[in-house]
Amino acid sequence: MTDLILTPNIDGVDDFYAELIAAHEGLSKEDSDALNARLVLVLANHVGDREVLSQALKAAEK
Amino acid sequence: MFDDRYTLAYKRYPYKKSADQDAATPVRHPVVVMGGGPIGVATALDLGRQGIPTLVLDDHEGVGMGSRAICFAKRCLEVAGRYGCGKPMVDKGVVWNIGKVFNKDDQVFEFNLLPEEGHEYPAFINMQQPYYESFQLDRFEELQKDGAPIEIRGKNRVDSVEVHDDYVTLNIMTPDGPYTIEADWLIGCDGASSPLRTMLDLDFTGKVFQDSFLIADIKMKNDDFPTERWFWFEPTHGGGASTLLHKQPDDVWRVDFQIGWDVDRTEEMKEENIRRRLDAFLGENVQYDMVWSSIYTFQCKRMDSFRHGRVFFAGDAAHQVSPFGARGANSGMQDVDNLGWKLGMVMRGEAPDSLLDTYNYERIHGADENILNSTRSTDFITPKSEMSRVLRDAVLDLSEKHEFARPMVNSGRLSVPCTYDGSPLNSADALDGPARSRPGSVCPDAPLGDDFLLNKLGDKFILLTIDADAPDMIEEAGIKVERLALSTADDKTGALRERYLGDNDKAVYLIRPDQHVAARRPSFDENQIRAAIRRAIGKE
Repeated sequence: MTDLILTPNIDGVDDFYAELIAAHEGLSKEDSDALNARLVLVLANHVGDREVLSQALKAAEK
Repeated sequence: MFDDRYTLAYKRYPYKKSADQDAATPVRHPVVVMGGGPIGVATALDLGRQGIPTLVLDDHEGVGMGSRAICFAKRCLEVAGRYGCGKPMVDKGVVWNIGKVFNKDDQVFEFNLLPEEGHEYPAFINMQQPYYESFQLDRFEELQKDGAPIEIRGKNRVDSVEVHDDYVTLNIMTPDGPYTIEADWLIGCDGASSPLRTMLDLDFTGKVFQDSFLIADIKMKNDDFPTERWFWFEPTHGGGASTLLHKQPDDVWRVDFQIGWDVDRTEEMKEENIRRRLDAFLGENVQYDMVWSSIYTFQCKRMDSFRHGRVFFAGDAAHQVSPFGARGANSGMQDVDNLGWKLGMVMRGEAPDSLLDTYNYERIHGADENILNSTRSTDFITPKSEMSRVLRDAVLDLSEKHEFARPMVNSGRLSVPCTYDGSPLNSADALDGPARSRPGSVCPDAPLGDDFLLNKLGDKFILLTIDADAPDMIEEAGIKVERLALSTADDKTGALRERYLGDNDKAVYLIRPDQHVAARRPSFDENQIRAAIRRAIGKE
């Protein structure tokens, strides 16, 4: 069973973060929320592993 | 006639009448530098050490008051070290490694920078800018005593310039009235609001950030604050929307409050109002004296070109960034490091004029990298849109429990030297070696017995060989390149292998006078090295 990765795993994380912010630039709040929702689903599909997805949901909870 | 724009911390070069002022015809100087700040004086140190007569003109008579730049990074110290004033800076400066990040009022995480071993200079030091400038001026005076042809003139304000094809005329105002001189080359190191840039009507474009920051330098009476960097995102103390606490020498702490765009400066600068913010932040029981305070706004801007014929711009005059990440003075020192050897070679007739265009190419690359990094930090600290803020807060929330989010927290990415990838002076990388020492990179330091590699490199072209054969000297296009032969047998710490060889047994590096790598190969190949030398001086 794979565990959710919770240690740094993105090369050039500042570039990624800037790209993420740029994707939202100029969008209304509604459109931004929708973009985030689609992004969650795209990434979840990429992960695939049900167990990892459950762990990710837990990690994101406050 | 002479309104001081600021108060002096140290009067270092009082006005003295120069013979130039009584000359019948304008006296011609090889190099004139406008501005006696850290970048202007460093320029004179670089050129003066090469024996190039350099005249610095400053409209004040010494070092300005106020801590201002407080973070001096390794590369800046290495360059100052080469000029002969790095050691006293490190002795005076404060080295810190621990940082703490707070969200609202809770600490979300702590980090240790764990600087890499095997470098003569620390990753950075904190030190008030007047100290930095004083150490450079001490060195300036030493060099003068040793006969270096450098001079600094206080209360010499350049009021206008005329740029000709092969020289510049400068009209200067002094307490004794105006006079005129000429310069073969003029370097504008006259700060963010550069009068020279304005006189030449040159563009300075980019972004202005709509926020102000209040700096308060305070001296703690009951000194039990640690030598750490603490950064708060949206603290509830009400002192500021973000707050930075950072140690300087002499028990002085820098407190930096983000106070918003629409503020009444005069009101905010009143001591009682600054104390109100400080007390809210520190609590009532902390006793302190106020040392210096200032309100600043910032912009990320640069000139379209740092070279205009016989005129160059360096430091804040050429580019300005937000203070997050300490990329102001540090990048200015890299400008000087880049321009000094090129101008020297062109003036001595060793290199074509086109070598000077690569100053523009390489340092614009550096400025853009600094602007990008400091803009990102600014956007993280002061999000511009609602979603940007939501994501930022999500990163901060996650960073408390999850390590992965911590590198995303951006309260300033500390200045590292720019790698000149793609520079016309680089030869194609012929070694499958470490990325950090690829052509264009600044040479990483490494211990060599009791000394360090960068001291051995000095400030000339060097052929560095590690367990590789090569002639002891190679002369190409009038340039004598000496070999520095090193061996992994003497590399007790393994730093040389790790930083220069990687998986290779041997390597040959051609290194520029500013200690950037021009070319590297697995072994000496005479034709290739000769071509690399020509390329590195703009002759290929």
